[in-house]
Amino acid sequence: MATTAMPAQQESDSNSQSNYLTCSKGFKSWAFTLDHKRIGIMYLVATMSSMFLGGALALILRAEHWTPGATLPLAKIQQALASLIPSFTAVTTEALTDHDVYNQLFTLHGAIMVFLFIIPSIPAALGNFVLPIMLGAKDVAFPRMNLGSFYLWIIGFLFLITAILTTGLDTGWTFYTPYSTNTTQTSVIAATMGAFILGFSSIFTGLNFIVTIHTMRPPGMTWFRMPLFLWSLYATAIIQVLATPVLGITLLLLAAERAFGLGIFDPKLGGDPVLFQHFFWFYSHPAVYIMILPAMGIISELMSTFSRKPIFGYRFIAFSSMAIALLGFLVWGHHMFTSGQSELVTIIFSALTFSVSIPSAIKVFNWLATMYKGSISLATPMCYALSFMFLFTIGGLTGLFLGALATDIHLHDTYFIVAHFHYVMMGGTLVAFIGGLFYWWPKMTGYMYNEFWGQISALIVFVAFNLTFFPQFVMGSRGMPRRYYNYLPEFQTYHVLSTIGAFMLGFGLALAAGVLITSLFTKRKAPANPWGSATLEWQCSSPPPLANFNETPTVGDPYDMQSVVWDPETESFVNRKPEQQDE
Amino acid sequence: MQDSFFFPVPNSTFAPTVDGLFYLILGISAFFFIAIMGLMVFFMIKYRRIDGVEPESSPGHNTALELTWSIIPVLIVIGIFGWGFTGYVDMRSPPDDAYEINVTASTWAWDFRYSTGAPSKELHIPVNTPVKLIMQSQDVLHSLFVPAFRVKQDVVPGRYSGLWFQAKEPGSFDLFCAEYCGKQHSDMITKVIVHNTDPANTNLNDNPNFETWLADASDPIKDNEPLYESGKRITEILACTQCHTADGSKKVGPSFKGTFGTQQKLSNGKMITVDENYIRQSILDPTSQIRDGFKTPMPSFKGRIKDEWIDAVIAYFKHLKKE
Repeated sequence: MATTAMPAQQESDSNSQSNYLTCSKGFKSWAFTLDHKRIGIMYLVATMSSMFLGGALALILRAEHWTPGATLPLAKIQQALASLIPSFTAVTTEALTDHDVYNQLFTLHGAIMVFLFIIPSIPAALGNFVLPIMLGAKDVAFPRMNLGSFYLWIIGFLFLITAILTTGLDTGWTFYTPYSTNTTQTSVIAATMGAFILGFSSIFTGLNFIVTIHTMRPPGMTWFRMPLFLWSLYATAIIQVLATPVLGITLLLLAAERAFGLGIFDPKLGGDPVLFQHFFWFYSHPAVYIMILPAMGIISELMSTFSRKPIFGYRFIAFSSMAIALLGFLVWGHHMFTSGQSELVTIIFSALTFSVSIPSAIKVFNWLATMYKGSISLATPMCYALSFMFLFTIGGLTGLFLGALATDIHLHDTYFIVAHFHYVMMGGTLVAFIGGLFYWWPKMTGYMYNEFWGQISALIVFVAFNLTFFPQFVMGSRGMPRRYYNYLPEFQTYHVLSTIGAFMLGFGLALAAGVLITSLFTKRKAPANPWGSATLEWQCSSPPPLANFNETPTVGDPYDMQSVVWDPETESFVNRKPEQQDE
Repeated sequence: MQDSFFFPVPNSTFAPTVDGLFYLILGISAFFFIAIMGLMVFFMIKYRRIDGVEPESSPGHNTALELTWSIIPVLIVIGIFGWGFTGYVDMRSPPDDAYEINVTASTWAWDFRYSTGAPSKELHIPVNTPVKLIMQSQDVLHSLFVPAFRVKQDVVPGRYSGLWFQAKEPGSFDLFCAEYCGKQHSDMITKVIVHNTDPANTNLNDNPNFETWLADASDPIKDNEPLYESGKRITEILACTQCHTADGSKKVGPSFKGTFGTQQKLSNGKMITVDENYIRQSILDPTSQIRDGFKTPMPSFKGRIKDEWIDAVIAYFKHLKKE
């Protein structure tokens, strides 16, 4: 076995210059690595590539909506692309129309963004990299399982891509029955298998994080000395482990129904299509918290660091993460207020839905209070964090309109919903993810990026995001249904604004990526602790050595910002000397 | 009646509740949003970082404050839930004397049926009268959505779904399918025509009252016109034209024009002649004989079309052959 990156071999020749990037070279040293940092980097490249793919699809969708009828020759473009791939034309017998191609585009945009990008993004990419270091550990509890999770992601990705390249997928990412089981001609089975495998990838990550946090905390790292990012990853991991198997079961049943006509969901065979929705949302609603909880954790770190203030109400934030994880399991029925489930169930789900809004509100108030009397730096990560505050607050507040029954009946399945979940998922999770990426980038790569252009990217993303999605609230409440290829001319103004915003947003995100990638070539060395954070990952060098710490780190209060001071000599924050000796 | 920034024209008894609750939540949200963002921007400026100046220390938590901002939102959301709940209960409690209309949704058309047997592809209803829809689906999930009425209900195959409302003003309003149902989901849109109930308005061409419209619609075969004209009207009422053209061009299904009497290949390779029996069977049991090159299955019209109407449609096919 060519496990060239076995920690035991590497530790012997590590010196002060060697870090996890330089300690070994070559394809195999990455492909077979068991180092959580390298796996995190591979996940980062993989999920970011998926995001840009899903984003490109979104831009085609938005361009198509420039006019109420056909705008782009979607079918011709698809045929031109398909003719490049011989296998495609062999499978497709009926020529696709513009309608079909549009339906496939929004399905793939959703499936790629949810399964390939948002769910793995923060936990598997950033979480993998920083969780063990923040904890003061050498690695996660099961490094081989960690690598296995990445390869499962790759296999799941290949299944989804196969579905795209053969006959596509046009069910929406929700796979609602009976359309998905007895009507569509597209490759539902390949796609559900992809999502099934990606689910296991997610379970592996979650299990690893739970065990790591329980068993690998060094002396002094008590539960309430853990940074809040770890609390949020812990809460996320619990959902990943408990909810994802339900998705697995559901997708297997769906595939079996389609292949063998089992009759669980298809009313023609005596099944119940609404049952599928219950199964699906029993996972997919908690999955919303898999997406947002880690983002909230990042914001807690950024708010505290860049305000140079201890996080306000540490325990309230930690417990609110756990409360969200628990309550998140009890609200799935709010996706189904108009589905035909019983009135009583609908009313109970509405009440429970409001309960989950409280812990999120508490977090926002705590972040705000953290800024009070702080010393607030507007470095790039903080710009993204403040942007998150704005966008997530809108996303959260618009949830109130949807939790309330009378208003949800009108707003359900319109662009109001589309705007709401993009404010939470993109304005929340993606913006926090980019903030976190700018925050930990110097640690991950050892290089500083251009601060000015980073801030500009945050500004463009913020403005463009609102231009893209705010008009969608208005057209949604005015009655524009979602997943519509054609639309009535009265909605055109809103669509045009949204499309302009989307292209600006694409530019802003490309600029952010450009700023980060450029830093790899300008090679401006990053200090160990550029931001003045008190969590452990900033005590090791940038980038960290293979074993994370050359000396055992001292575990202290993760938010005691006064424990680190600016040292002009090394251009880094360093531990305050006298206090260091006290311990 | 006027539309507002966030809403189309409110034209049902539910609309004031829904709009009122919406604008109440909007007011509460705007208050909190402006307060949070105002403080955030104020802090960003007042406490901006100045090199060499460390922040003065302030408490790391304050239980009283934290409980306050936990409990106040709890009380607010209980209020919002209550209003949403009562509005919803009204939406789900149709009066016993509501006027009933049967609805069949299929890919991608609506079929509304009245107690007289009258078919319609648009929803015609009387003003100021409670109307109850009893809905079923022929194939996949659909959802009936009338923005002006603020109502929406999924139509699920294998069961009846109910929906009721009472329109306030006559006029024409949009009706959408809101649950994704495949290829032409976005074309599954039609109109709700709210008729007046004034007995004086009996002119079919000028704002007829509901009874006049219903009497006319109850028999699509008119005595004073050729049968093929009635057949043409039936293909429009039953929304056949959603998938079939009359000009020879291919849509989701084959065109009506130029097919009658021709030899055609089926998807199983057999050759058939498009005659009276083929048309009849294709209407009643469409999947039994699918033409080669057409994959999307057509919903069955068994039980939704009378024998005389099929005769009229066949006459229309023959007429198109002559043209």
